[in-house]
Amino acid sequence: MNVSLYVWQRAAAVVMAPMVVVHVAVIFYATRHGLTAGDILARTKGNIAWGAFYALFAAAASIHAAIGIRNILAEWSPLNDRGAGPAAFIFGVVLLGLGLRAVAAVTLP
Amino acid sequence: MTTELQVSLWRGTQTGHYQAFSVPLRENQTVLDVVTFVQRHLDPSLSYRFACRVGVCGSCAMTVNGRPRWTCRTHVSRVARNGRLQISPLENFPVIKDLATDMSGFFEKWRDARGAFVPTKTRRDDIEPIPPQSQARLAASAAIECINCGVCHAACDTVRWNENYLGPAALNRAWTLVNDIRDGGNRERLETIAASGGCHACHSHQSCQEHCPQALNPTASIAGLKRRTTQAWLRGEIGARAGKTKA
Repeated sequence: MNVSLYVWQRAAAVVMAPMVVVHVAVIFYATRHGLTAGDILARTKGNIAWGAFYALFAAAASIHAAIGIRNILAEWSPLNDRGAGPAAFIFGVVLLGLGLRAVAAVTLP
Repeated sequence: MTTELQVSLWRGTQTGHYQAFSVPLRENQTVLDVVTFVQRHLDPSLSYRFACRVGVCGSCAMTVNGRPRWTCRTHVSRVARNGRLQISPLENFPVIKDLATDMSGFFEKWRDARGAFVPTKTRRDDIEPIPPQSQARLAASAAIECINCGVCHAACDTVRWNENYLGPAALNRAWTLVNDIRDGGNRERLETIAASGGCHACHSHQSCQEHCPQALNPTASIAGLKRRTTQAWLRGEIGARAGKTKA
């Protein structure tokens, strides 16, 4: 971990912190009001705001998690800093791809 | 009441075994007294290191019943369990022989963390006035009394996992210099410390401050370095080298 990775990981956490609160609030709202999957999709399909919100969430989570995974690999696996970097980058790209795919599935009309 | 202490001492190098000794139990006895008794009366081939015997030189640290400690200021009555002591060399250091470790890598990390003062004045200049209550002086004073014993280095999980990590003692030293207004080496120092293996590798487990015999808090010093390096990086005061990784 160097200073640039440190700042990127903290910055991603700062972005995510309020988003997690909104995300949890939405889950509570949906469950307490008995919304079905169809009800939820009816509200998210074509909604640019929810699409942008969760796309940003997926991007921040991918950056945050990839840097954390890089640290774990560098310290706990036979990979050193140089080997852990590319492995964590691939992990981050895959995570971002999966996240955006899910966002697209619930928000694209 | 038992009059003998059962002592298990590490013999060998990285590989070896524990050897049992019986040492007379005394009312006022340090762990270093016990090791010295064994070496002088029971087995003169035992190797260990000490110098001042009064908690100043930082030479005699060992692992005592599983915890790193300065043995000259650790009383047997405080650490013996059921009349038993197990003493081994410090963790995270190569073992030279028995209880003596090779501390050269530890001091090389002090050098690598740019732990040497970089003067900015000559003997012909006036002495720099430093207000005793200034924030920088107070921060330096809080960290300055390190005796280089290696206890924090032995207690640190990150040192164990990451061979490039500079370690709590070297970073604590760097923090004192970062707060020394007379020092002229801070740009290079912060750049080194901001790189891989520097302060950002610390997980803040706080084992260093838990075990430090001088009651210092290297975790707090490292947190200070994290803030300083982050500010310097965001302001562009330290450059690309700070973002590089070591092999």
